[in-house]
Amino acid sequence: MREITYREALREALFEEMRRDDRVFLMGEEVGHYDGAYKVSQGLLAEFGERRVIDTPIAEAGFAGIGIGAAMTGLRPIVEFMSWNFSFVAFDQIISNASKTYSMSGGKIKVPIVFRGPNGAAAQVAAQHSHTVEAFYAHIPGLWVANPSTPRDAKGLLKAAIRMDDPVVFLEGETLYNLKGEVPDASEDEIIPFGKARIAREGKDCTLIAWGAPFHTALAVADRLAKEAGIECDVIDPRTLRPIDETAILESVAKTNRCVIVHETWPYGGPGAEMVDLIQREAFDYLDAPVLRVGSLDVPMPYAKNLESLVLPTPERIETAIRRVTYREER
Amino acid sequence: MAKIIGLPKLSPTMEEGVLVAWIKKEGDRVEVDELVAEVETDKATVEFRSFDRGVLLKILAPEGSTLKLDEPVAIIGKEGEDISELLKEIDARGSAEGARADATAESAERLSKAETTPDSKGDGGAVQEEDGSGDSGGRILASPLVRRIARERSIDLSTVEGTGPRGRIIKRDLEKIAERGEAPRGERLPPAEIRASSMRKTIARRLTEAKREIPHFYLVIDVDAEGMVEARTKINEMLASEGVKVSYNDLVVKAAALALRRVPEVNASYAGDVILRHRVVDISIAVAIPDGLVTPVVRDADKLSLAEIHRQIAELAEKAREKKLKPEEMSGGTFSVSNLGMYGIDEFSAVINPPEGAILAVSALRDEPVIRHGMVSPGKKMKLTLSCDHRVIDGAVGAEYMRVLRELLEEPIRLLAV
Repeated sequence: MREITYREALREALFEEMRRDDRVFLMGEEVGHYDGAYKVSQGLLAEFGERRVIDTPIAEAGFAGIGIGAAMTGLRPIVEFMSWNFSFVAFDQIISNASKTYSMSGGKIKVPIVFRGPNGAAAQVAAQHSHTVEAFYAHIPGLWVANPSTPRDAKGLLKAAIRMDDPVVFLEGETLYNLKGEVPDASEDEIIPFGKARIAREGKDCTLIAWGAPFHTALAVADRLAKEAGIECDVIDPRTLRPIDETAILESVAKTNRCVIVHETWPYGGPGAEMVDLIQREAFDYLDAPVLRVGSLDVPMPYAKNLESLVLPTPERIETAIRRVTYREER
Repeated sequence: MAKIIGLPKLSPTMEEGVLVAWIKKEGDRVEVDELVAEVETDKATVEFRSFDRGVLLKILAPEGSTLKLDEPVAIIGKEGEDISELLKEIDARGSAEGARADATAESAERLSKAETTPDSKGDGGAVQEEDGSGDSGGRILASPLVRRIARERSIDLSTVEGTGPRGRIIKRDLEKIAERGEAPRGERLPPAEIRASSMRKTIARRLTEAKREIPHFYLVIDVDAEGMVEARTKINEMLASEGVKVSYNDLVVKAAALALRRVPEVNASYAGDVILRHRVVDISIAVAIPDGLVTPVVRDADKLSLAEIHRQIAELAEKAREKKLKPEEMSGGTFSVSNLGMYGIDEFSAVINPPEGAILAVSALRDEPVIRHGMVSPGKKMKLTLSCDHRVIDGAVGAEYMRVLRELLEEPIRLLAV
């Protein structure tokens, strides 16, 4: 299978879906003439023109609201946030309008919109610009949340998101745009359904759940521990946090009896806590150890590089957690 | 750190126990799983083995005392350790009821300390620390998985050593025990599954059919075997030069065959519209072989000499054990003899081997007081049970057969007269 980058995979999804359905259009800061802050939308303006690739002012609340209105009247907008950190300005539009309208209109008004953009800490962008936002948006009923970790998932999930009739929060990994991976040809039109996890690695000793950028950190730790310590992890990428693939998680935990959840967002009230609830509730009798979470430390992100790397989920902390739940701590 | 050892639950229904005897005395070293005392439970007197390693610092329950579960029996700790605080704690507990409540509250407190100490920020710090030391306050710590497995296999977790944090029993601990091939006390091992051989299936099918289809009834005689003993001794003396040694079973087979000639109604098979009254006397001999039994046939047993019967049975039994019997050597019998006397069985009844009409069960020759000429004297007796198919053999006919058989066996010289 051919290899392309995560960025190219997203771009292909946009091209394919905009060609497929002329109600689909893209709006956001610098998506057109500048070809996108992260070059995801490169070439779209040239092919689809200014009616369907719209550069907006720096006004997230405004263009998010316009997008929601367009969706309510039958179009299928894709709203790009230059960074999910900026979505906070549009929080009210997303929460109060996008997520609620279908329910509050008694199912009469659908809001088929995709909000997308880079999520998570990059290099030294400090406290205000290093958010991982899945905990905020996955909390809201009425929103679907996707968080692809690989180019293939990025493309297949974005295509699925654009075709859905509900608002979708699509979280791209800011540090993943250059990641290369196998992606099927356009002719295959691969759609990856929401709520179906990917089993990235199989093992009998510990279930390791991770998504987004830390997925790759976790997978590397799992591979290393298999070699160095004979600890074999089942590595699960949920791919979407709403809905979440409960079956995949529970089946894995029933097999391994232990679980570690890795995410970049903070631990308090995070998706990891949600999964711990699921596991203790549904797989209690299969647990041989308490379920552990490895998240960012519970502090605003420091600017200093050495501190930033300590706050993010480190391979060392992931390894410690795996060893602890498998009772294989080094003594 | 020294700890108070409570009375463990030594049987599933135990609520209290009597400390019968101390095996260890104060000052003795105690290893994990070492016998410490004997405790009488509601079921039996059982071994009380230590879950801890250390020195028995103080015996709290004297021999003969009756204790509730978890009531303090001893203090175990390091040599020379100060236990005055623990003794005060025990004094403070007061009644046994109070003591149990305290222990629960205390272990709950310890537990909550251990599980939530690190920081209120969840896993904001590295990973939650689990307290590596300390004790569990008498409660058995086990993971939910282990508890489920213990429930399913009736494992008594108090007999399993936990190697997890704070002595928590984890899956690995059960696996280790399984690897060593030991069953934790209390475990009911599931049955081993052995593939049923085709012989086993045939036995199952045919005997189920026999018991279901054939209305069995049973007639028992207890023959005076003195004559058999004398006859056998004499016969074997005579045959010694030929190297033949007839058995009591040979005598019984011979007698059973001759009795069939005298009472031919018993030498019969039920075949629906007709009764087959056999004109030959072919005796099936039940022979035990590994994982089953077979019934080779001695043809015309009524016409064979004792020595010949002996020779044929020996040969057939040998072939049976080597699985070399031909099908025709195992079929066509008209009557069966089954002997469990060599196992010391005093009396039994056998299942009829269809299509035969009866089977004779031969039990052990035994020493019994017998009455002769109004005097009790030492004698020999043997019980024989005839199982009859009531469809072809009625009670009186079966009884007549057994009367004749008794005559033949009690006066073996009659074997020559028939």
